[in-house]
Amino acid sequence: MTVISQPPRRPSDDRLKRALREALLAGLISLGMFVLYVGLQTTQDIRNQLVLNQRWGLLAILVALAVVGRFLIVYLLGPWFAARKAAKAARAVGAEAPPQNFLRRNVGWIALLALMIFPMAMLWLVGPQKSLKWVDNYGVQILIYVMLAWGLNIVVGLAGLLDLGYVAFYAVGAYSYALLSLYFGLSFWTLLPLAGILAAFWGIILGFPVLRLRGDYLAVVTLAFGEIIRLVLINWTDVTRGTFGVTGVPKASIFGIWSFDFNAANSFGKLFDPELRRPTLNSAYKIFLFYVILAMCAITAMVTIRLRNMPIGRAWEALREDEIACRSLGINTVTTKLTAFSIGAMFGGFAGAFFAARQGFISPESFTFHESAIILAVVVLGGMGSLFGIAVAAVVMIGGTEALRELHFLKTLFGPEFTPELYRMLIFGLAMVIVMVLKPRGLVSVRNPTAFLHERKAVSSAFTKEGHG
Amino acid sequence: MTQATEEGRLSGDEVLRVEHMTMRFGGLIAINDLSFSARRGEITALIGPNGAGKTTVFNCVTGFYKPTMGRILMRRSGGAEFNLERMSDFEINRDARVSRTFQNIRLFTGLTVLENLLVAQHNALMKSSGFTVLGLLGWRPYKDAAKEAVEKARYWLEMINLVHRADDPAGDLPYGEQRRLEIARAMCTGPELLCLDEPAAGLNPRESLELNTLLRAIREKHDVSLLLIEHDMSVVMQISDHVVVLEYGAKISDGTPRHVQNDPKVIAAYLGVEDDEVEEVLEEIEEVAEEATHGHQGGQPTGDAR
Amino acid sequence: MEYFIQQTINGVTLGSVYGMIAIGYTMVYGIIGMINFSHGDVFMLGTFAALIMFLILTSLVAGMGVAAMLLVMMATAIVMSSLWSWVIERIAYRPLRGSFRLAPLITAIGMSIVLSNFIQVTQGPRNKPIPPMVTEVYAIAGVTISLKQILIVLITVVMMTAFWYIVTKTSLGRAQRATEQDRKMAALLGIDVDRTISITFVMGASLAGVAGTMYLMYYGVATFSDGFIPGVKAFTAAVLGGIGSLPGALLGGLLIGLIESLWSAYFSIAYKDVATFSILAIVLIFKPSGLLGRPEIEKV
Repeated sequence: MTVISQPPRRPSDDRLKRALREALLAGLISLGMFVLYVGLQTTQDIRNQLVLNQRWGLLAILVALAVVGRFLIVYLLGPWFAARKAAKAARAVGAEAPPQNFLRRNVGWIALLALMIFPMAMLWLVGPQKSLKWVDNYGVQILIYVMLAWGLNIVVGLAGLLDLGYVAFYAVGAYSYALLSLYFGLSFWTLLPLAGILAAFWGIILGFPVLRLRGDYLAVVTLAFGEIIRLVLINWTDVTRGTFGVTGVPKASIFGIWSFDFNAANSFGKLFDPELRRPTLNSAYKIFLFYVILAMCAITAMVTIRLRNMPIGRAWEALREDEIACRSLGINTVTTKLTAFSIGAMFGGFAGAFFAARQGFISPESFTFHESAIILAVVVLGGMGSLFGIAVAAVVMIGGTEALRELHFLKTLFGPEFTPELYRMLIFGLAMVIVMVLKPRGLVSVRNPTAFLHERKAVSSAFTKEGHG
Repeated sequence: MTQATEEGRLSGDEVLRVEHMTMRFGGLIAINDLSFSARRGEITALIGPNGAGKTTVFNCVTGFYKPTMGRILMRRSGGAEFNLERMSDFEINRDARVSRTFQNIRLFTGLTVLENLLVAQHNALMKSSGFTVLGLLGWRPYKDAAKEAVEKARYWLEMINLVHRADDPAGDLPYGEQRRLEIARAMCTGPELLCLDEPAAGLNPRESLELNTLLRAIREKHDVSLLLIEHDMSVVMQISDHVVVLEYGAKISDGTPRHVQNDPKVIAAYLGVEDDEVEEVLEEIEEVAEEATHGHQGGQPTGDAR
Repeated sequence: MEYFIQQTINGVTLGSVYGMIAIGYTMVYGIIGMINFSHGDVFMLGTFAALIMFLILTSLVAGMGVAAMLLVMMATAIVMSSLWSWVIERIAYRPLRGSFRLAPLITAIGMSIVLSNFIQVTQGPRNKPIPPMVTEVYAIAGVTISLKQILIVLITVVMMTAFWYIVTKTSLGRAQRATEQDRKMAALLGIDVDRTISITFVMGASLAGVAGTMYLMYYGVATFSDGFIPGVKAFTAAVLGGIGSLPGALLGGLLIGLIESLWSAYFSIAYKDVATFSILAIVLIFKPSGLLGRPEIEKV
């Protein structure tokens, strides 16, 4: 997109020409890119040999989409963006106005309140059967990611340590709960803190040797550790049952008072009508889990906010800005990094234990690098360090991909063979790229200072330096 | 913890003593058998042409480099002595109370001015927050300590005339103010020896004068000795009590500003002239120095090779 | 002893493939300091391009020689992976240049997800086996060495020499090294930095294409998820050898290949990747700049 500095006789004419040229180019390039992969499909025939199917129609559609898309971007969107940018630049460059109105100041509390009534509202709106999907697939699922992302946020967003193996601590938590409850019969409420502590412990063990490393090396080593833990889980079959996973992980109870097992003496289901018992018990369990994870998220948020206002939290952020300056101020950067690493790991461990209790089944499949990447993406897309932005990113990315499962109407559009689920991750990946390109600093790109003398002003993250450690 | 052994004791008025320090980078000898000492309550200036190894001396004193050979002793006002060459950088600040600034300012640009000063009080605040645990639970004494820390920061903001910018990001400040903020931040760690790496570099004449006032005030009001690298002769001549001149990593002169100013070796080093020509240029120098002491000379930003 | 030599030969073959992929990581990291996470998937695109070309050739052109076929496949793989890599750099990395350090990393991870899922969607999730192309095997003193192993090592040597020549002797290589050291200064001196970076991506990707063809020929199977594990291992190789160093990438690749095959031979095949990653961690902890990388002096 080079700026053409010709005399502006007929700007729209030039633009049209340029747009057409760019569109044509895009068409050619996409033709080149897709001709083999889309135009031809490798499938096995009856004799199990690979043969090629031809799909020139689909190829033509894709190329046409590229041409039209590129044309629209250059002809319409480009000028619009430029105008918007100019308008933004024209506005006062000064500090952003602090969030003043009631709604914005209390957004956390309002969100919490809304989430508190969410399961009940769903129950009331769509009935007990359908509400399960909303509470479990959306509510609990998203909240698990919110918690994980908030935990990782301490490591990446605040302390600026790039951790690509965060899922390892999630796995440690999940397996701690699953195995200890199965082998020793300990309850969820005993094991939840223990899982967190174990994960934090692993965080320290893994963190200690590697935290001296510079940014990207740290990323690689954490990735390696994540993979090592997953491979050990796969191969240490005597204990972890390998790829088959651990089944029959006990459910959480209501603080040991009521159980969610149907046959248990203190079953929560006994409180209901005999006929409705089993499904109701199931819904009740999901709703209970929703509140548990909500409470866990609330605690994570509270602890993070408090830590940010403490010397340790400030040291984390200072570390992200400039490690050498930190050392010149007498801050022990190794222990500071280690605390960030282990506290982040601890929250991952909590989330893991919860995940195991919710699924009732865990296997190494759930703890791939992919998962780490998704959590990291949520943190970065949300705007590093911003709890609110991260929560929004989790809702958009996780909820969004979940919602793709629902797009059954597409089947009528593309024929019955079309399975929208297949496109879930493809669209997730594309969304990651697009959001990042449009908002490189994430959805919330301001930082809230931890202390103020006169008034609290949000700091644009344009000033934020990049993590070096 | 890293107390100096008996035989290395400093005399009461010495705050820092560098003994036979040598620093090699591969085959390059950056510092060669350098010895000097700085006295308590004084401003000691380290000067020398570009590439003389001044910043390397600083980096060794503050622990960012480990000298290849030699000893660096620091004596705190309580009498405790430290072997700085054996300590790591953050311990030197935390325990030996040596604080520093950087030649290319290293502020936390994304944090506010106030937060920069609070980060500098990290160790004190960590203690009062019961290493985070008690503070997390909302322990009363921590809250008081946090308030005190803000007051200390306010005090230093007043010293550097930046109270009105307290809540702005540090990266938003103009250059001269960033320099002052960095000095204030170093002072917030409660140092007994403050090392300033070219504090006047890039300042305009007015800012340079303000800096002089600030440094004098720091010395008078606080029990702090200063070690500074400076190119701006007006700063050096006006405020320093003691000057050490380096060339090619070795000391060529050591004494009062007056003494150093007239040392032919120094003049030769600065002007790159032969020894026998020194007499001729000496008079010119005299004039320039005269002017400098009257504060007519502007700050000369000079990049020092590190 | 024969067993050891046999495993060494297998290790060197595998290591050559890793080394070729590693070059792409190391060059991109060298020039813009970014972990190009999608590179492993670009390699996977290369295997698929070779696979599809193989099927086209076997169904359309009867009786084509194996050598000619391999050449055509390789050329296709090079063109495809280069084109994709060029486009990816253009739309996902270039707009973020000079932005926040993590931003391009996230788009790279996003692109990696996009590529593997794109192939899963368009080509299906199943393994794609092809009949063996090169079957000749030689037995020398109890050690068997197959022609495809010889081919892989030979092609690696040729490609590496060519690359080494380009990077050290041509003006393009000079531009690359200048851009690597100081992008702003290079631009001021009239180097088209954007173009240089694009070419670097294309160069790395073309080697990945070659590696993809070799991989397909060696294992005779391709899957959409093939990008990840070889990608991570190649990146490990690049870091192990010292990121930014071309000979380092090859050395790292060979080491990873050897560790893998020898560990599988003498210890346990299940833990071979654990061994690889552990060695990576150990090397980084004790020699963070890798084996051949320049140590980085912390500037204060």
